Amino acid sequence: MEAVHTLINHYNYVITIFLMVGGLYIVIARGNMVKKLVGLSIFQTSVYLLFISPAKILGGTAPILDPAYSVYSNPLPHVLILTAIVVGVATIALGLALTVRINEAYGTIDEDEVLEKDPEP
Amino acid sequence: MSQLIAQLPALQVVVPLLGAVLVAFCRGGRTAYFVSLLVSLLMPVVSGLLLWQAIIAGPISYHLGGWQPPWGIEYHIDVFNGLVLMMVSAVGALVMPFAWRSVADEIDEDKQAWFYCMYLLCLTGLLGIAATGDAFNAFVFLEISSLSAYVLIALGRDRRALLAAFRYLIMGTIGATFYVIGIGLLYVVTGSLNIVDIGSRIAGAAAVYPHAVIAALAFITVGLGLKLALFPLHVWLPNAYTYAPSVVTAFMAATATKVAIYLLARFAFGVFGQAFDFRTLPVADIILVLSVAAMFVAAFVAISETDLKRMLAYSSVSQIGYITLGIGIANKPGLTGSIVHLVNHAMMKGALFLALGAVVYRIGSARLSDLAGIGRRMPWTMTAFTIAGFGLIGTPGTVGFISKWYLVAGAFAAGQWVLVFLIVGSSLLALVYVGRAVEVIWFRDTGPAAARATDPPPSMLAPILLLMAAVVYFGVETSLTAGIAERAAALLLGGLP
Repeated sequence: MEAVHTLINHYNYVITIFLMVGGLYIVIARGNMVKKLVGLSIFQTSVYLLFISPAKILGGTAPILDPAYSVYSNPLPHVLILTAIVVGVATIALGLALTVRINEAYGTIDEDEVLEKDPEP
Repeated sequence: MSQLIAQLPALQVVVPLLGAVLVAFCRGGRTAYFVSLLVSLLMPVVSGLLLWQAIIAGPISYHLGGWQPPWGIEYHIDVFNGLVLMMVSAVGALVMPFAWRSVADEIDEDKQAWFYCMYLLCLTGLLGIAATGDAFNAFVFLEISSLSAYVLIALGRDRRALLAAFRYLIMGTIGATFYVIGIGLLYVVTGSLNIVDIGSRIAGAAAVYPHAVIAALAFITVGLGLKLALFPLHVWLPNAYTYAPSVVTAFMAATATKVAIYLLARFAFGVFGQAFDFRTLPVADIILVLSVAAMFVAAFVAISETDLKRMLAYSSVSQIGYITLGIGIANKPGLTGSIVHLVNHAMMKGALFLALGAVVYRIGSARLSDLAGIGRRMPWTMTAFTIAGFGLIGTPGTVGFISKWYLVAGAFAAGQWVLVFLIVGSSLLALVYVGRAVEVIWFRDTGPAAARATDPPPSMLAPILLLMAAVVYFGVETSLTAGIAERAAALLLGGLP
């Protein structure tokens, strides 16, 4: 019962860890470059959740100075994650652009097939 | 004027950033080049002034946007990152005269302006990591420098450059994300993002949440370990350096990994060192073991490589092992050796990769078999290559000797006798791979590929010779590099011996 209680209380963190490990697994296990980037994106998204979860307080409002509100969420992690999302978008965009160039140069986007055409020295 | 001096920390980062924007609007490679040249030549002046101020007047604290730290972003410049800034901007300035002909030779004309744009962005990112005192800001700059580095590598002529860039992107992003996870955990337990402020709060936080702090240490070490190519997380590096354009290889080998090492040292001692004695943590032992493994395994691989660019890339992994070794030893002489090798290795690898860039410019290949007897055809370039190569071995009279001297002194002081033998043993491996290249270059009959080579034009030769002069000068006159490194090590260690 105790364990179930902890699990439900830390619901967001369970999801975070699931996404983190799942994303990382896809990056490592898949040879297809687009799938690798999907995994990378999931991995990065899990970190957004990791930052936002502790910043949110149940029943808290936006941080406005008003005598009517005394409980509010921490805005800083939200702002940080806004920046991290921009970084993530840029990374995925660049990764996809590279995948397009690799497809033009090799005619495939599978890492193993690329390596077959250009063996490592 | 004094107003301008007060803004120097911001100018250090803002000028190349605005330069990159300006270059992005240039269509022709020519205008783009001159803007980048101007910016790159200005940077050492700025960082020289900053370092000088940090030496005579103590740390500089610059509040971005006028917000007081720890709430606002602070640029905190002391002797340690002043030295790193100086190194990055000096290398950035030295590769630019070289870049003009090399880039014209290796990169399509319509992409040259973009090349310089990405180069300036990469410079911005590297200088930003070194200048900032904010942990999250450092992540943003880390990604600015990395994203532009992926593009720069992908601009290589060989199609394998694309795959190398893609792999670097995957591993680099995983590294950066690990770093952010670590920062997130630290923020949750300390409530701060300012590195100095986290350092002052972490002892209290570690008493309440020891597991979260240890997890943060693990994530940050592994994340930065990927970025700095700590063995066995180095697999992205050899291909990336081999297939990148010559200028990019020289610039990145000298600066990119070094800045990540700087950040790791800053966190290891400035943050986690405040909560624990860094030497008692298993992470110090892990870094020691991995460093020694890097020194040997990468050097063995370097011995068997037939492409000189690739050989030097593996040599870089091995030399990074020396730098992290000093962090693992974590006493004053060891850390001094680590910091001074950070700078010294930048000089040596800068000279070596630029000399190879000149060879590629002349004969279009860096394969050892094509370089037979090229020393008689390109005497100045190859003299620089040989002297910088001797530096890698650690010959007295070159900068490599100074670094190893301090590292050995550190190992003695820590009572780690085995490490002393390992440092000397790994130098012998460097002797083998450098010696093999030197033998082919000078003592073989001139081959068909090398027969029509001559020394490159002065704009390319001058940076190579300047770096060669630095390798010798700072190997004899150590008060500047080693003196500052010693002060930086004392600063990092606080009161520890």
